[in-house]
Amino acid sequence: MSDSSPLQLSDRPPEAEGHLLQVEDLHVDFHTRDGVAHAINGVDLHLDAGETLAVLGESGSGKSVTAQAIMGILDMPPAAIPTGRILFRGQDLLTMPDEERRAVRGPGIAMIFQDALSSLNPVFPVGWQIGEMFRVHRGLNRSDARSAAVRLMERVNIPAAKQRVNAYPHQFSGGMRQRIMIAMAIALEPSILIADEPTTALDVTVQAQVMDLLGQLREESGMSLILITHDLGVVADIADRIAVMYAGSIVESAGVHDLYRRPGHPYTEGLLQSIPRLDMKGEELFAIKGLPPNLLRMPEGCPFHPRCHRVRDVCRVDEPALREVRPGRRSKCHFAEEVLDE
Amino acid sequence: MTDDLKAFEVVDERKGSSRSEGVRSLRADAWHDLRRNPLFWISAALIVLFVVMAIAPGLFTNTSPRETVLSEARTPPSSENWFGRDVQGYDLYARCIYGARASILVGVFAAAGTAIIGTIFGLLAGYASGATDAVVGRVAEIFFALPLILGAVVILTALPPSDEYFVIVFKVVLVFWILGWPTIFRLMRSSVMQVRPNDYVQAARALGGSPWRIVTSHILPNAIAPVIVVSTINLGVYISAEATLSFLGIGLQPPTISWGVMISDALVAMRSAPHVLLFPAAFLSLAVLAFIMLGDAVRDAFDPKSR
Amino acid sequence: MFKFTVRRLLQMIPVIIGATFLIYWMVFSLPGDPTAGKCGDRPCPDAYVAQFEEEYNLNDPLLVQYGKYMAGVVQGDFGESYYGVPVSEELSERFVVTAKLGLMALGIEAVIGILAGVLAALKKGGFIDNVVLVSTLAVIALPLFVTASVLQLYLGIRWELFPVTVGSDTSFYALLLPAFVLASVSLAYLARLMRTNLSENLGSDYVRTARAKGLPQSRVVGVHTLRNSLIPVVTFLGYDLGALMGGTIVIEGIFNIPGVGNYIYRAINDRDGVVVVGAVTALILVYLFANLVVDLLYGLLDPRISHD
Repeated sequence: MSDSSPLQLSDRPPEAEGHLLQVEDLHVDFHTRDGVAHAINGVDLHLDAGETLAVLGESGSGKSVTAQAIMGILDMPPAAIPTGRILFRGQDLLTMPDEERRAVRGPGIAMIFQDALSSLNPVFPVGWQIGEMFRVHRGLNRSDARSAAVRLMERVNIPAAKQRVNAYPHQFSGGMRQRIMIAMAIALEPSILIADEPTTALDVTVQAQVMDLLGQLREESGMSLILITHDLGVVADIADRIAVMYAGSIVESAGVHDLYRRPGHPYTEGLLQSIPRLDMKGEELFAIKGLPPNLLRMPEGCPFHPRCHRVRDVCRVDEPALREVRPGRRSKCHFAEEVLDE
Repeated sequence: MTDDLKAFEVVDERKGSSRSEGVRSLRADAWHDLRRNPLFWISAALIVLFVVMAIAPGLFTNTSPRETVLSEARTPPSSENWFGRDVQGYDLYARCIYGARASILVGVFAAAGTAIIGTIFGLLAGYASGATDAVVGRVAEIFFALPLILGAVVILTALPPSDEYFVIVFKVVLVFWILGWPTIFRLMRSSVMQVRPNDYVQAARALGGSPWRIVTSHILPNAIAPVIVVSTINLGVYISAEATLSFLGIGLQPPTISWGVMISDALVAMRSAPHVLLFPAAFLSLAVLAFIMLGDAVRDAFDPKSR
Repeated sequence: MFKFTVRRLLQMIPVIIGATFLIYWMVFSLPGDPTAGKCGDRPCPDAYVAQFEEEYNLNDPLLVQYGKYMAGVVQGDFGESYYGVPVSEELSERFVVTAKLGLMALGIEAVIGILAGVLAALKKGGFIDNVVLVSTLAVIALPLFVTASVLQLYLGIRWELFPVTVGSDTSFYALLLPAFVLASVSLAYLARLMRTNLSENLGSDYVRTARAKGLPQSRVVGVHTLRNSLIPVVTFLGYDLGALMGGTIVIEGIFNIPGVGNYIYRAINDRDGVVVVGAVTALILVYLFANLVVDLLYGLLDPRISHD
């Protein structure tokens, strides 16, 4: 992949056994009028080439902030990153000069968002917006960029691409708009595509089509995918690994099948039990009690303890660390083994 | 003249769609913000001062504004005449104090009148929609096509002259009503259209609430905020416009004492006696400033993003 | 876009008819004597009144009166001044000067207003932002005729940087100070509008996308955000033309510029109602047509309006 990238990162050899992307001890604070909100509290995650990682969590769990921090598009201020490293091919994105960082966006890491209508610029034709990637990053002229845009629109299965290349975002349906976003994001064949709730705003049937498209594109190009979602159902088919986030930390990470078979954290346990299943007909659906904590005033001890059905005294005073509990799976619970072994 | 004249839709659009139970907290929040904003207190204090001046000028001075000492005309400020005397030998300080009444009267009545007319038609058009909306909208568009000063010049030249204080003031106010209501109408209409689809309005309709009750107790309270903000700012704008009309010789006229007339009179003597211009201009600008700042502060409180 | 243009043109017609009728109705049918003051302080002799009523068809029903007046206006007949000079003759000579002054003011307003707004929005709460906020507030609070007189006194009379009055020399340089003063209040409103708008747009989703695309900051602001922020600015400029035209009456009066505004200024002092109505009607027609142009421009800038 790195040889197709216009970034001259290949001069500097990646760390020997390094991952494609490695986030270490990432913290993000938001400075608000009411105080400092700790949105991300020490996130560690990694991604290898061709891998799909699903980041799962409720709204406010910090999954989107993590993605935007990796992407480098957080508004700073109010956001600040006091500590942490984000290594992309062994290089820390956080200490990189702005110009180099900018050049990573698009060819290195690309991103699509939840609401494609507001995420596309309303006053420019879609073909112009897709073609802009080639004009800015590769210096293509207008007509070449437009032909490239048409090819991309065809690749993401937009019918009559040639005729619609000059249409504006409001003239497309929701699903088509998300396809345009995807076309724009994959234009420069990025090594990583971050998809932030890409299907939440869409109808169920269209959701499936867009997810299929993402899966297909990943197969074809070999890019890695970070899929951010609150929907466990979306994850199962496409993800290799899952990282579950709660209150700004990763509470569990595991291979997708391991996690579905046996959760390693009480929060994940709750999430899985709250999915309706056919064989549960007649039973009451489980719901995690309480609300996520206020990021301005985090509880003592484990952030999840006020909602945890396995809570014990130690949880109220001592915050557990994210630790390897089985080969390839980590959990941030004092009693992870107990949860796993049940 | 597109329908969404954004320049005047000062208040955030999302406001209209705030949830019904969110409104109170929004107001409480806004008040909390206002109290911490020094601009709010400065402008409020200035406004109170000018209003008291307009109601009871005698509290501020014992000198008559109509008592002239021709021999002392154009004397600069002194311990005896704090602001000095004007071209005709009147005491400037006394005249500045008495001049507040005309400006405040014009501003308050013009702003309140346009707000009432605009709100009524805006509610009508926004709630009834359909044919009513189309008719009122077309009529408003015609009035909106007349710019403030140009329109005022035409109408005021046509109206018969008068010597009666309140008639003179009322003529200017009337002109502002005629020319100013469409701005508020548009604002109110778009505000109502944003509030109308909300669940609590739909619920009230489904429960068979009378249109009058729905409009007065559900729509009006939730749609009025932008009108209040813009009307406050317009109050200052009308005071300034009145001064301009007086300068042109078609607004307030002597013997009416007003800041606009005073400034207009002072211009001839500006080179030799700049203080004659300075003091009424300062009073006028402070009054205009106070209302604009108050409007700004209220808007910022309701819409923290605009800060 | 074609349908949009035609629709706008058709919508314009009732507004033009309505607005001119409104003026006509208010001037000629409101209580009051249209000949008042035309003969000095005394009432006019009956013969003059009769002639005046005949000339302006004041004995016909209102709509007929209006129809006859408008038929004249369409042919360029705006009536005659108190001195017997056709209003249209004066207007055509003076319009060039006012157009020059107005375009200069519009240019100054747009360039400085947009620039100040952009600089303020880019660093909200910073030094430039505060300077822009405070200075625009001060300019808005000062009536135009005060600003004009004070600048005339200092820049013209005391420091002799600019001509005190313009007179017959309507060169770019002579009109510079008046145009700047004329633009001042509008400029202040525009800067504030631009600031609010741009900073709102800078926080929007499509700007986040533009940054995620790896575009340079200059392009994110200069292409993606600016284009969107200009949409309300264009609308404001069109609407604000009416305020600029009102301002020319004041400015051309103070700086003695031989334009339409000066004509109206003097007609007000002469109580020459025919001239005031004729000249103001002409300005309002120009204003309405300018707004039609603005509307079409708006359609070009915002495809959501024109590409339905």
